[in-house]
Amino acid sequence: MASQEMEELVRREYKEGFVTDIESETVPPGLDEGTIAFISKKKGEPEWMLEWRLKAYHQWLKMTSPSWAHLDYPPIDYQAISYYSAPKRPEDRPQSLDEVDPKLLETYEKLGIPLHERAALAGVAVDAVFDSVSVTTTFKEKLHEAGVIFCSISEAIRDYPELVQQYLGSVVPQGDNYFAALNSAVFTDGSFVFVPEGVTCPMELSTYFRINAANTGQFERTLIVCESRAEVSYLEGCTAPQRDENQLHAAVVELVALEDAKIKYSTVQNWYPGDEDGKGGIYNFVTKRGDCRGDRSHISWTQVETGSAITWKYPSCMLRGKDSVGEFYSVAVTNGRQQADTGTKMVHIGEGTRSTIVSKGIAAGRSDQSYRGLVKVGPRAKNARNFTQCDSLLIGDTCGAHTFPYQEIGNSSAKVEHEATTSKIGEDQLFYCQSRGIGEEDAVNMIVNGFCKDVFQELPMEFAVEAEALLNVTLEGAVG
Amino acid sequence: MSDEQRFLDRLAERNAQRGDEPTWIAARRQAGAARFEALGFPHRRVEEWKYTDVRDIARNDFVLTENADFSPATAAALTLPLDAHRLTFVDGVFAPALSDLGSLPEGVQVLPLSRALEENHEAVGGPLGRLTGVDFSSFAALNTAFMEEGAVVRLAPRTVVDKPIVLQFLSRAGEQDVMSHPRILVEAGGRSEATLIEHHVGEAEAANFTNLVEEIILERGAILTHYKLQEAPLKDRHIASIHVEQARDSRYVSFNLNLGGGLVRNDLVSELNGEGAEAIYNGLFYGQGRQHVDNHTLVNHNAPRTFSRENYKGILDDRAHGVFNGKVIVKRDSQQIEAEQSNANLLLSDRAEIDTKPELEIYADDVKCAHGATTGQLDEEAIYALRTRGIDEQTARGLLTLAFAGEVMDRVDLDAVSERVELAVAGKLPERFNLAGLVETASAFSEE
Repeated sequence: MASQEMEELVRREYKEGFVTDIESETVPPGLDEGTIAFISKKKGEPEWMLEWRLKAYHQWLKMTSPSWAHLDYPPIDYQAISYYSAPKRPEDRPQSLDEVDPKLLETYEKLGIPLHERAALAGVAVDAVFDSVSVTTTFKEKLHEAGVIFCSISEAIRDYPELVQQYLGSVVPQGDNYFAALNSAVFTDGSFVFVPEGVTCPMELSTYFRINAANTGQFERTLIVCESRAEVSYLEGCTAPQRDENQLHAAVVELVALEDAKIKYSTVQNWYPGDEDGKGGIYNFVTKRGDCRGDRSHISWTQVETGSAITWKYPSCMLRGKDSVGEFYSVAVTNGRQQADTGTKMVHIGEGTRSTIVSKGIAAGRSDQSYRGLVKVGPRAKNARNFTQCDSLLIGDTCGAHTFPYQEIGNSSAKVEHEATTSKIGEDQLFYCQSRGIGEEDAVNMIVNGFCKDVFQELPMEFAVEAEALLNVTLEGAVG
Repeated sequence: MSDEQRFLDRLAERNAQRGDEPTWIAARRQAGAARFEALGFPHRRVEEWKYTDVRDIARNDFVLTENADFSPATAAALTLPLDAHRLTFVDGVFAPALSDLGSLPEGVQVLPLSRALEENHEAVGGPLGRLTGVDFSSFAALNTAFMEEGAVVRLAPRTVVDKPIVLQFLSRAGEQDVMSHPRILVEAGGRSEATLIEHHVGEAEAANFTNLVEEIILERGAILTHYKLQEAPLKDRHIASIHVEQARDSRYVSFNLNLGGGLVRNDLVSELNGEGAEAIYNGLFYGQGRQHVDNHTLVNHNAPRTFSRENYKGILDDRAHGVFNGKVIVKRDSQQIEAEQSNANLLLSDRAEIDTKPELEIYADDVKCAHGATTGQLDEEAIYALRTRGIDEQTARGLLTLAFAGEVMDRVDLDAVSERVELAVAGKLPERFNLAGLVETASAFSEE
């Protein structure tokens, strides 16, 4: 391997590293009941919401940080984090793109995501979360016509309290796990999607999350509800500015699919992975869970994970409804000193439930990557089916790839299959490409993209293109 | 009184009866007891014991026994029909009358641990506890606290043992449940070759607790085939920790066959320390009633060009609970590794449960590692194929289940073992009455 190239890669500046200078209104670091009351008041939340948050906080106080993951990081000082930061002029929110702070638009330009153009061209409504508060929401009217609610969770709490009360925490309860409890106590923003009965959302919904003001942990809360026969495809994409201190990100995503509903949730995550010593990267502790509540409901998670110093993430499906379907497609790429412990849980509760898991892991540099998955088949899940394929590709001899698949099968009619392989890029494959005049790096890109093909084809078109480019950039020079 | 204290009290009683002994052994027992006391019995919140509840052991009051009385007729019926060098233990106590070490070839030592300690305790003291330390688990610590009997097998370099070596452990039914903590030490010299059969069996009504620790050291080029045939009575508790250390070009073949025991846990660990070392794990478990069978395996690829292949099959009926946790770790710089791991399970009942976790932990890139796990039921098309040939459905199911187990048993070279297991499996099947006579005929046919 060309070690020089490797070094270049490791040293390469984070392409999207910059800080936008927007004055934030930030509370001093620290977490207590006062902080939570401040957040709740700042958001103009009703009393029940504050109580809900405090209940979560009290549960969190009794919990301890999980240590079972194959991750190594110093203990997090939760009192050193600032839990609220909002762009100035919260009462004076822009009503359209023209009113958006030009600096924010500039930020998107730098990212190569011209918001208005992109939104218009792709027909995507963007609920841009910039430093905790939704600054703009586009295409709202078009969605409104269809009867789809797409807004920030704060607006939803204010405008649709019954819906929020009914569904919030019904998939991921406040005390579900340490990070979910923390999120429930202090979440500042996120998205809310409600697709009423029989409606197919007319466009793909998309939110670009950004983490900005220094030392601000980001606690997103997303809730997507699809009523009977409703359908939605949701895209989540992330980039973050370069920064010195570790940033904690503990999001919670809840999906609810009623009878015959279909939710497709796609993520491209490209947060700052830290410098060459692994310092400064984002800590990403996410709880994502979909609840296939209705018969024949369908939830599909697709993720491309290339960023963050630490990823702790297990998008799951609770397959309750008869003949409901859960899917998980994942590509995780780690380089440098990145650590990722990610996978999924498929819990088969209802009869005839089916799930598919395809996980592709690529480890390079000095990174460590684990697939951790659970397939559980309960006694009532007659004829449940699961197929799991998880493959790892190792690039270089200083990285690690691990697989921890759990299967808990309590039903004799269940059919569960798990397959996994770990290998490096085959010399013969490289040779074959090179003998046909394809340069080594292009050959590696081709092979890696081929390796990930099963997952990429599940992504919405515009994401698939981005994901491939992202993968090539992340692995640039990793093989030589 | 805590559960742990009850066991420690039994230990104190036993220690009070002991005569003169080398000081190191007393010190080691004490270290074991201290570690056991600190660790306590494992609970299900510990990842390694997530699926196995040991309260049935912890809450019981087991005593130690001192005699090895056993009806010779019963023993004869239980013993594998094999021409072998044989050591027999009854509830952990050496039974000379049921042992046969008459014709050991030169360079081969097979003797009870107590005698090995008497003859040359220093030679035993070195290797004992080197592979399975008291930190491995609370059961290993408990075993160390109680260690006094077991088996020592030593093979001089280049010795090829003519007959299998059988270590037979008999469990006896009695008024009080008995515990034993046998210790097995195998040292196979360079290029030596042997077959070791460890056979656990007993009287049907027995409800004892066997807590075994085995340490197996294979020098350069040594080959050991290790059968662990566990047919313990259905109320017996059986815990075994087996550690194998393999030098360059050595080969360890394990057949871990679990048919008996109410609560069973096997920990099998290989350290592949030299290039060319190879570990082959074959496993079969059959659970019925409320049996709980837990197999944990771990292969450490510590050197480049080492190989492992693992294939475990489980059949679970009634309310049986099976656990498989296979782990392969490839250390940094252990390049050109090939590791394969598979676990297939057949659930025959809706109340049976299997928890399986095939794990890979890999820190080197030039490796070929694969694992797979499947859980399912018999192939309906295969059943249909047999039915079109005039075989009724029940018989077809029985035959296919036997064939499922057969994939492991086909690799067994010793007929006495494979026939014993195949008959036992056939006798446990829900379709056993449809198969009656069929299997006997088949085995008789194969003998001709």
